[in-house]
Amino acid sequence: MLELQQVSHKIAGETYIDNISLKLERGTLTVLLGPTLAGKTSLMRLMAGLDKPDSGDILFDHKSVLGVPVQKRNIAMVYQQFINYPTLTVYDNIASPLVVAGVKREEIGRRVAEIATLLQLTPLLQRKPAALSGGQQQRVALARALIKRADLVLLDEPLANLDYKLREELRAELPRLFAHMGAVLVYATTEPTEALILGGNTVCMHAGRAVEVGTTMDLYRRPAGLLAARLFSDPPLNTVAVTGSAGNFSFHQALPAFRLGNNVSLSGDFTFSVRPHSLQTEKPASNAIALPATVAVTELSGSESYVHFDFCGQAWVALLHGIREFARDEQVQFWVQPEHVMLFDANQQRIALAAN
Amino acid sequence: MACIELQQIAHRYSALPGEASAYAVQPLSQVWQDGGAYALLGPSGCGKTTLLNIISGLLRASAGRVLFDGVDVTGLSTERRNIAQVFQFPVVYDTLSVADNLAFPLRNRGLKIAEIETRVATVLQLLGLEHMARVRARSLNADDKQKISLGRGLVRTDVNAILFDEPLTVIDPHLKWKLRTELKKIHQQFGHTMIYVTHDQTEALTFAERVIVMYEGAVVQIGTPQELFEKPAHTFVGKFIGSPGMNVLPCATDAGNLLLAGKVIGKLPYSASGAGQLELGIRPEYVSLVATAAGNPDSLPAVITAVEDNGKHFVVRASINDMPISAIVREGAAIPESPRIILDPAKINLYRNSHLVTA
Repeated sequence: MLELQQVSHKIAGETYIDNISLKLERGTLTVLLGPTLAGKTSLMRLMAGLDKPDSGDILFDHKSVLGVPVQKRNIAMVYQQFINYPTLTVYDNIASPLVVAGVKREEIGRRVAEIATLLQLTPLLQRKPAALSGGQQQRVALARALIKRADLVLLDEPLANLDYKLREELRAELPRLFAHMGAVLVYATTEPTEALILGGNTVCMHAGRAVEVGTTMDLYRRPAGLLAARLFSDPPLNTVAVTGSAGNFSFHQALPAFRLGNNVSLSGDFTFSVRPHSLQTEKPASNAIALPATVAVTELSGSESYVHFDFCGQAWVALLHGIREFARDEQVQFWVQPEHVMLFDANQQRIALAAN
Repeated sequence: MACIELQQIAHRYSALPGEASAYAVQPLSQVWQDGGAYALLGPSGCGKTTLLNIISGLLRASAGRVLFDGVDVTGLSTERRNIAQVFQFPVVYDTLSVADNLAFPLRNRGLKIAEIETRVATVLQLLGLEHMARVRARSLNADDKQKISLGRGLVRTDVNAILFDEPLTVIDPHLKWKLRTELKKIHQQFGHTMIYVTHDQTEALTFAERVIVMYEGAVVQIGTPQELFEKPAHTFVGKFIGSPGMNVLPCATDAGNLLLAGKVIGKLPYSASGAGQLELGIRPEYVSLVATAAGNPDSLPAVITAVEDNGKHFVVRASINDMPISAIVREGAAIPESPRIILDPAKINLYRNSHLVTA
């Protein structure tokens, strides 16, 4: 188990990691999700021992590893930019960590064959990296990291430089691959979709802080705060201010009041938020909430349409099934069901509604 | 703005004579309409950037001619072709302010100060950079620097075309959404001819009116986003576009019926005579799961191998007689344990030797 206890790190007076505490069990995958500069790479460097925190402690299997140099720890890292030895064959690239560790030849052969099968590299073993595509090269880098049977595997946006389609294929393969390992796996990404496909646990990061931690799907569906809800939405989360009076809510424009369930009797100022795929143009149920909109731009992505529109002065986006074209400035009525609304209080904390 | 015409353009980087495989871009003729928004889409190494560089003049094609509004510009430099370019990584003048970075191409062209100020102000506003107009570019983060690169591409109104080479690849997902919408608005407002190179299907389909799909140096299909989705001309396009891509399954015909895994699954949607391997293509969006054969005579039994929840819908991975097939199931819908699979007959495309058989 990898444990971070109140870890902080500054570089030249600037805070990069701000008081993070985490416990990561063996055999689990933890996704670090956040935009560029959220602190994902900084946190991984601390976990690896490449940097030393200014305060706090880092323990592996209950022992502090702060004094242990990186080469004495059993760690594997994969970076965004794949790194392979250009003069070695794929086989020798994958085998290299075992050769260094003095593993017997037969054992090396067996383990390379095993990992090559898993990553579909078997037909490529005798090639040099230059004769491979980007996706194949990154699979070689992954194989080299995974063959070590490291205690801690750190993957820093490993698919970011790959083609969209390859990324899609590898994303689907990775959870299956990780399931075979007993290591602590940490995976950094900027993309919410990637986190959802990988599953496991997610740490939402922002400005050097661990904003929220939880199982990936739970954190996506039931974030505690507005910041995590925003970080974990792609397309972006739609939000608008509402005022409640004994459970009757109103938008700050001349629109009908609405309710969010019979047992909801809240009063005060709130943030009303909806994920883009929960908006519809057909009234789905009698208690659905009407959202009259002015269309800005429609984008088609084959089977889906992204409709960007203005609602109560906010830029919103709806993700609709099928090809739906709307003209600029067209007036469209969107609908959302109360169970798809996330409501946040004045402190940006989510209020659990019976409908959710 | 200009209409751009490629006449029998072809390019080879190496000098291997006579071999089609050595082409980075295979012989191609194509007209890019004045004011059109185009995307060049394909995997790495498909030749899309090579083609863009031939249009911009960064590269001289080994064969063929490039015409702007009917005038031959094949021998002209990028500068003389009067086009704006935006690349994957930001290109900014670090010591200049944001506003001066944007004004730079206008000052070079000797525009009047008042006009420069108006245009710079417009672009600053479009990209939400007003509050940092006086800030030196050096101190900006990568996203803002890339906004400046985009802005410099958009600031001139007299360009023949604006060419984008993966301009949003290094941008964070949230900002990507915003910038893509801005680009689309800018295109609707000013009507520049825009050509956008990307490997990301979402970027290509959402940005462009027409998408050119390339594979191994050749154009495999040119069409609207809807055409590429509904009627992929080649199984490559079907698989490359869509998440997951189109299911492609070997099939057979018998007396006007369509057979999958040896079983009739309905009437042949259209005549598909000829020789060669026949396959059917169906999007996961048009594959549905039912619990029983009752009332669904054309359904086939399937085994579910995995269910992926991507937060918007479920992707069900299944197999029919060991042939993998994916289905998209909406959030909240039930997924039967031992399902039968139905393909929407109106949405089936037939392919012979990987090429679409047309009705």
